[in-house]
Amino acid sequence: MASDTSSSSAALSAVVAGALAAMKSAPTTDALKAALAQALGKKGELSILKASLGKITDADERREFGQLINSATEAITAASNERRSELENVERDAQIGRERLDITELLLAPSATQRQGRMHLVTQSTERLEDVFIGLGFQIAEGPEVESDFYNFEALNMPPSHPARSMWDTLFIDADPQGSVVLRTHTSPVQIRIMQEWPPPIYAIMPGRVFRRDTPDATHMPVFHQIEGLVIDKNITFADLAGTIEAFTQAFFGSDFTSRLRPSYFPFTEPSAEFDIRRPDGTWIELGGCGMVHPSVLQAGGLDPQEWSGFAFGFGIDRMAKERHGVGDLRDMYSNDVRFLGQFT
Amino acid sequence: MKVLLSILREYADVGDDQDVIAAALNTLGLAVESIEVVGTPVDGVVTARVLRTQKHPEADRVTRVWVDSGDGIEKHVWCGATNMKENDIVALATIGTTMPDGRDIARRGILGIDSEGMLCSAIELGLGDDTSGIMIFAPDTQLGLSPFAILEIERDVLFDLDLTRNRPDCWGHLGVARDLAAHFQIPMRKANTFAAGKSVGPSASVDIVRDDRCAMFSVQVISGIKVAPSPNWVVSRLHALGMRSINNVVDASNLVMLELNQPNHAYDADVVNSFRIRCAHEKETIVTLDGVTRILHADDLLICNAADDSAVGLAGVMGGQESEITDSTTVLALEIAAFVADPIRFTANRHGLRSEASARFERGVDPEGVRGAIDRFVTILSHTCPLVSLCGEPVVARASNQANPAAIELRLSEIERVLSVRLDSSSAIQILSGIGFNCVVNTGNRAETINVQVPSWRPDCTIEVDLIEEIARHYGYEKIGKRVPKSAVHGRLSVFQQRRRQLRRVLLGLGLDEAMPSPFLAPGDLALAGLNESNVLVIANPLVTEESVLRTSLRPGLLNAIRYNLSHRAQRIALWEIGHVYPRGSQALPDEAEMLCVLVAHADVSEAAKQWNMIADSLGIGANIEQSRVPDGLHPTRSATLSRGKTVLGVIGEIDPGVLAAFGIDCRVSCLEINLSTVLAEMAQPAQAKDLNRFPSSDIDLSFVLEDSSTALSLQRALRQAAGSQLVSIELFDVYRGTGVDASARSLTFRLRLQMPADTLTESDIAGIRDKCIGAALKIGAVLRS
Repeated sequence: MASDTSSSSAALSAVVAGALAAMKSAPTTDALKAALAQALGKKGELSILKASLGKITDADERREFGQLINSATEAITAASNERRSELENVERDAQIGRERLDITELLLAPSATQRQGRMHLVTQSTERLEDVFIGLGFQIAEGPEVESDFYNFEALNMPPSHPARSMWDTLFIDADPQGSVVLRTHTSPVQIRIMQEWPPPIYAIMPGRVFRRDTPDATHMPVFHQIEGLVIDKNITFADLAGTIEAFTQAFFGSDFTSRLRPSYFPFTEPSAEFDIRRPDGTWIELGGCGMVHPSVLQAGGLDPQEWSGFAFGFGIDRMAKERHGVGDLRDMYSNDVRFLGQFT
Repeated sequence: MKVLLSILREYADVGDDQDVIAAALNTLGLAVESIEVVGTPVDGVVTARVLRTQKHPEADRVTRVWVDSGDGIEKHVWCGATNMKENDIVALATIGTTMPDGRDIARRGILGIDSEGMLCSAIELGLGDDTSGIMIFAPDTQLGLSPFAILEIERDVLFDLDLTRNRPDCWGHLGVARDLAAHFQIPMRKANTFAAGKSVGPSASVDIVRDDRCAMFSVQVISGIKVAPSPNWVVSRLHALGMRSINNVVDASNLVMLELNQPNHAYDADVVNSFRIRCAHEKETIVTLDGVTRILHADDLLICNAADDSAVGLAGVMGGQESEITDSTTVLALEIAAFVADPIRFTANRHGLRSEASARFERGVDPEGVRGAIDRFVTILSHTCPLVSLCGEPVVARASNQANPAAIELRLSEIERVLSVRLDSSSAIQILSGIGFNCVVNTGNRAETINVQVPSWRPDCTIEVDLIEEIARHYGYEKIGKRVPKSAVHGRLSVFQQRRRQLRRVLLGLGLDEAMPSPFLAPGDLALAGLNESNVLVIANPLVTEESVLRTSLRPGLLNAIRYNLSHRAQRIALWEIGHVYPRGSQALPDEAEMLCVLVAHADVSEAAKQWNMIADSLGIGANIEQSRVPDGLHPTRSATLSRGKTVLGVIGEIDPGVLAAFGIDCRVSCLEINLSTVLAEMAQPAQAKDLNRFPSSDIDLSFVLEDSSTALSLQRALRQAAGSQLVSIELFDVYRGTGVDASARSLTFRLRLQMPADTLTESDIAGIRDKCIGAALKIGAVLRS
């Protein structure tokens, strides 16, 4: 029996040696897999030796040989794992080498260079302004661009033939009676419309397109954009107007900007003011007009001037966009040239 | 409106610091547009006597002149002018002088002979606009003095004010001075009036026929007149204020207007002394002072000589030539009037004749300023006519229904309600009385009020808030304080506005740039784009005809933008616009609607299809794709109407090749239009979560041959219906035309993903669905492709 055991041990050593050698030299993971199967597979060499265990009658010998087989299995498995890891590294290196791409080539490819679209500078500025005023508790109102004489002038304290009407060069629609329909010269008609439609209190801004009979030049366009603000509440005073302008100035331009009001005249506000913004360097930008809503305008909007009071303000959006982006000529902003549009993300 | 510091200082001692004064003017709402220093003496220029002159044979354009500036030293100068002769007193700019235009006078020679200075013309010294030659002074003028001293020209400061409509009083220096005096809290100066003598002259009469047009008309007859040039100070002031000196009478008249905002007119009293104020007869004519014959309108107000009813002036605008004063005039009839404002403006506009006078009358003048104006006129004239005297009292006629300046009850509580400034009655009165408002505290009421009488020169003040504005101006806007009101509403975008912003982001994601073409089109633009042009609104007074039609579609504007960019060889032209269109409706105002239009050059309808899918998905909107309704201006076989029943939501497709040709565009252009007034107003309901199905799903692919006359959508619908509730998704993943398929048909391959809500699909379940689908497809003419 001893000879049986020793011959089995010798066979086992040979199997182990053979398997380890085969694994070490396996050129691919597939070859490794085959070598492993040959050694440890169901019908592998070790399985055959394992099957012979039962023939060993001596319990000690059988246990001893069993332990030998187990260590052989472990050794072969370890060798296989080691080789697999080696081979996988090699193959991964090969794959990675094969798959090299030039990312800059991809970045430059037409399919990758298709850019996001651009919003017009006026729309960009309008959205920014809207967001600031939303933060200050304002809603946004809109109105028609072709307006009746009533909303554009009469309700704004400018009855027919009022001299102040000449403050705006008006484009009239060919209508009957002549002069009864205009292209709105300011966003102020929306004030009246919301006073009539919205129950007070009102905290609203009114951005929109307006029209003047102005020959286009670097700083004027016959079609441009304004934003108007209206607050109607109880106990609204001139100080609320000044404070709102200041709050807007700091929210929109920055906390190191301030504002001032100078007396002026508009038919629809009284007292009226121009408002200027002071840059941190001490220079001033003339921005727009404002004032306390005139009692006649409140009445035209269907509100009792003794119960409600309010203020309004307005300024141009185009000029603000022009300044912000260093546009030299306002006409470029309306050229619709994609070379111009494409510049402003 | 230009004001001179020297004149302001005659009315109130406002000091001489121009920056302090300008700041005060701005604070008061009298915006200073510019400040100009005038009359600064030119150092180095002195009077000199011409000793002799001589022409040089080789220099025919210049003359040699020898002068003496009083020091007995003979100086030689070359001179280009020819108006001087021996013994004339001239202005010599000596060597080293810097002229107002920046030229330095140096020793320069002609033909090797030096010039030791330059003889000056008035314009070169900033002393007028006479360019006819060098200045020649009176023979007795002292030598070696500055011409500025001789002409009594003083350094002065000219403020150009941008006056607002509500300040007629500031169209005269007096009004500006009054505001400044109140601001600086200094008294107004009492006018230094010439004590004119009394004399007898022709008696005047006034007959106001149209007293609805003329509030007041007064005439003062003035004798002792000798028409002559004005004194230098009058000439230089008028010059600085932009008016030409004519003679002492006209100049005095103009200066009174500029100082007191009291336009006036001096007639030769021997020609006219009885006045009638009436409207013109249709087609009546008058020759105005500028020599133009004016054909009058029945609404033009005239000043007539009552003796023969002939027109002597276009009231409030310009005098007539016939009654103009002449060099022989010795007695004047001075008119000072107040006309109703608006009709003066209409007359001035009608005749294209806006004068200094009409500009003032159309804003409003002081109807009580007669006495002051006469006194000032006579005082100015007294410098040249020491014998000037008044013939009796002025004849003053007033309209029977003349509107009196308002009397207003001012509540202190209202001041606080508007300005958030609490003033006691004495503070309020101090401010208002400082600018000429008469105030009396009303003791009758429990609430504190002040009865305020508006002065005659402030016709703009008619209601309480007008007074509050005056108080605010003089209290100081900057002292009112700032506070932020607590908004009583929730600041947010409306649903419509939120969805519009969402749409913009989708468009940007699609790589589309926002364009903003003009909403004004040229006549024919719409027709060129294949669109209806019968329902447009037209601008009555367009700047140019090319911009006289209001758009009813965004398409022509964007097509023009595409053409423009193509002509500049732009590579990717993909534009969108969200904007209003203005088709004529049944009301006075158009049926204004907000539209989206997207045009992409070098792109076919598939680009528009991609855009619509993305937009429809993002906004949760749907529409029927009606290819049988070909939209105007789009490619007849590559376009469809987006509709919901009768409502048209928009169009999808390509621009009609004929339209492209008409616009000069040589590539395909995809087009998508959506009516945003409709779709953005729709409120998307919040999506409700579905349970995730954990049972396995199976895919089946089915290819059908379908005639081109049937739509892919009809087949997809049939399959969807046949597959029933087990269908999770259906996708058209291949379209094939070519070998093996009829020329008038294509093969469409759909992939259907099937899944049961609560069970695993069996092979036979799948086979059953497949058979149902094939059957349903066959019913609409789609044959399974083997």
